[in-house]
Amino acid sequence: MAVDVPAKARRMPGLAIPHRMRWPLGYTAAAVLVFLAYYYVIPNLGPGGQTFFREWLPLTSVNEALVWVICALGLNIVVGYAGLLDLGFVAFWALGGYTAGWLMSGFFYQVDIHLFGGALGTAPGIHISFWLVLLIGAGFCAVWGVIIGAPTLRLKSDYLALVTLGFGEIIPQVFTNGDNVFGFNLTNGTKGITPVDPIAIGSFTLGPFDLVYKYVVFVLIVVVVVFISLRLREGRLGRAWLAIREDELAASMMGVPLMRTKLSAYAVGAVAGGLAGVAFATHVGGVLPDRFNFSISITLLAMVVLGGMGNVWGVMLGALVLAWVNSTGLPQFGTSFNEQFGTNINFPSYNYLLFGGILVLMMLFRREGILPESRTRLVLHEPSRTDMESLGADMEAPAPELDEEPLLKTTAADEPTVTDETGTGMGEKV
Amino acid sequence: MAATATSVAVPAAIDRKAVIQRYATYVILLGLVVWLSANLINSPSQFFSAGMVGLNLGMLYALIALGYTLVYGIIELINFAHGDLFMLGALFSGFLLTTVMGQEHSDFLGIVLLLVTIVGTMLFCGGINVTLEFVAYRRLRRAPKLAPLITAVGMSFVLQFIGLKWNGSTPKQWPSVLPEGSFGIGDFQVDYSLLAVIGVTVPVLLLLRWVITSTRQGKAMRAVAQDQDAARLMGVNVNRTISFTFLIGGALAGTAGVMYQQVVGTTAYNLGYQLGLIAFVSAVLGGIGNISGAVLGGILIGLIQGFNDGLPYGFGQKWSQSVVFAILILLMVFKPEGLLGRPTTEKV
Repeated sequence: MAVDVPAKARRMPGLAIPHRMRWPLGYTAAAVLVFLAYYYVIPNLGPGGQTFFREWLPLTSVNEALVWVICALGLNIVVGYAGLLDLGFVAFWALGGYTAGWLMSGFFYQVDIHLFGGALGTAPGIHISFWLVLLIGAGFCAVWGVIIGAPTLRLKSDYLALVTLGFGEIIPQVFTNGDNVFGFNLTNGTKGITPVDPIAIGSFTLGPFDLVYKYVVFVLIVVVVVFISLRLREGRLGRAWLAIREDELAASMMGVPLMRTKLSAYAVGAVAGGLAGVAFATHVGGVLPDRFNFSISITLLAMVVLGGMGNVWGVMLGALVLAWVNSTGLPQFGTSFNEQFGTNINFPSYNYLLFGGILVLMMLFRREGILPESRTRLVLHEPSRTDMESLGADMEAPAPELDEEPLLKTTAADEPTVTDETGTGMGEKV
Repeated sequence: MAATATSVAVPAAIDRKAVIQRYATYVILLGLVVWLSANLINSPSQFFSAGMVGLNLGMLYALIALGYTLVYGIIELINFAHGDLFMLGALFSGFLLTTVMGQEHSDFLGIVLLLVTIVGTMLFCGGINVTLEFVAYRRLRRAPKLAPLITAVGMSFVLQFIGLKWNGSTPKQWPSVLPEGSFGIGDFQVDYSLLAVIGVTVPVLLLLRWVITSTRQGKAMRAVAQDQDAARLMGVNVNRTISFTFLIGGALAGTAGVMYQQVVGTTAYNLGYQLGLIAFVSAVLGGIGNISGAVLGGILIGLIQGFNDGLPYGFGQKWSQSVVFAILILLMVFKPEGLLGRPTTEKV
């Protein structure tokens, strides 16, 4: 690496920044820009500008989008890096959220534990500092990732997706029905746990209107997750994940320990899910079980797919865009549209169509996502060689369906073929 | 193949695993038997009525599960949109029977119109399923497995959106044209609605069996399920056969939708997701790709759910979803090929 850095710097003479410092600097610049905008610029904009930002880009929806980014990056490790389709990722979010609910509120009034807490010293319940709870939540979720993963990771793609889906259904149901576990109130049932303590930094606590500082906190968590994602990916573990994603059998033959590697992907993904859960609990100020349903898992998946599986920046972009559309964009656009044209259309109800449509269209036309990772792009466009050969294709031409013989000439002439990106001489049938 | 040194160790490892699995299965089955007999001794009439409800549900699950199993058997795709197709079928049948034909109570005409509705809904759902296959799945047939699965999830959301617009966000009540009440056999009461469900489901299943075993198209389906390429070489039109499979699967989901709408009487836009997943678990329980397995699995899951919801020693209704998924997870861990399925080996 030491040799590599000056070489890269030389190639771009305008930027004398070492390669590995580029993303932290760019990220910090963007984060500081947004912080300054919401701290200085927008409050001094005058009424018109303030209304615009309050309606279209309120800081609370930016914060929520950051929580989604944290979680989507976690799912990206599982799906994008290791290729394990997880349809129940919301379970980790929920587990993280409830960790915060248990450890940062007066819910367990039976005990009285204070640990650098932000709450009053006299309040009953467990009040542990937000920063400690972040660590505890991450660890708790990692343990659960291993518990869920250990028996199930032997399974192959479809079955794995189903089992994770099963866990993603069971865990929220446990929280919903957990108000009477053998007579013990564990989760307060459908009422959830509110309020959760505010974030405390030293003796300074963030109230409900200190959104700008909360933003800083969330940006810090995002940077931690991005750092973990990028560093792990370059290392030995990340390469093992990619190997498993591309060909499990070949990877195991080459000496990659399958179970351990898959479990670590699950655990690391779950850590991010746990961080997101704790952050979400403080963002909303409580945890409610019906916030953790299947559509969250699908939204996360749509974020990863839209942005580009495996690419951290793509996933971040996808998560920011979809979270904004979901929380602010669609309702706000609907309100404007209805005002403008005098209609009465319920735009937020269209998010089903939107997310379903995104998944379908992306899979049909751009499987690699908006900002694809180069490797994913190649793999997703490459049909398996045996499939092509068994169709009787010579490997140069797109393979026709043999039972469409009368159409063969015209289809071959009319249908465009994707240019060969794989370099293996196998074009794709469109 | 394996070198001689390892060939000694491999059978021992497989044996130990198989033994553990076998004993785990025995323990689970024993627990099940103990649970059921405790309930039976406790209150036989409650046991019987819970069984009735379970059987009723199980018939519907079997119908939906068949759609999953047919599609999975032929192109190895978990068609997540199938449950939502069932939901649309339930909505369509209510629309057709109540709104278009105006039948709101049970009489002779009601039964005739119900049969018309069943045929109409079968065509409607079959048509949607074929369209889905044509629009989305066909192009992804040779793609990596992740792609069609995600597409199916997306399609499920699109269908849910249609259901949301059609049904509204709150559950909707429908009148039933099935005769109400029950008749007694000894101490036990049997609902007429159960008879209606059996009266519709069993002929449909027999028809399906006949189609698959005896017709030309059914033989083509079995051939394609076994080996697409060999079937193609033998002159089977693979694309048409797959479309036909989707048609049949959709028609079965439509039938289930009609019966659900008539028996339960409430539809909601997110109904398909819950029931579809349970039906999928049934298909997996029976051995996915196996047709009698899907029926068996559906009825078993229905019975388990009925017993769990209705019996004093059960977990109760609020846990029924968790119970079904716990069965799924246990099954996946111990016997992923299902009760009647054959274990598949990985092709290299």
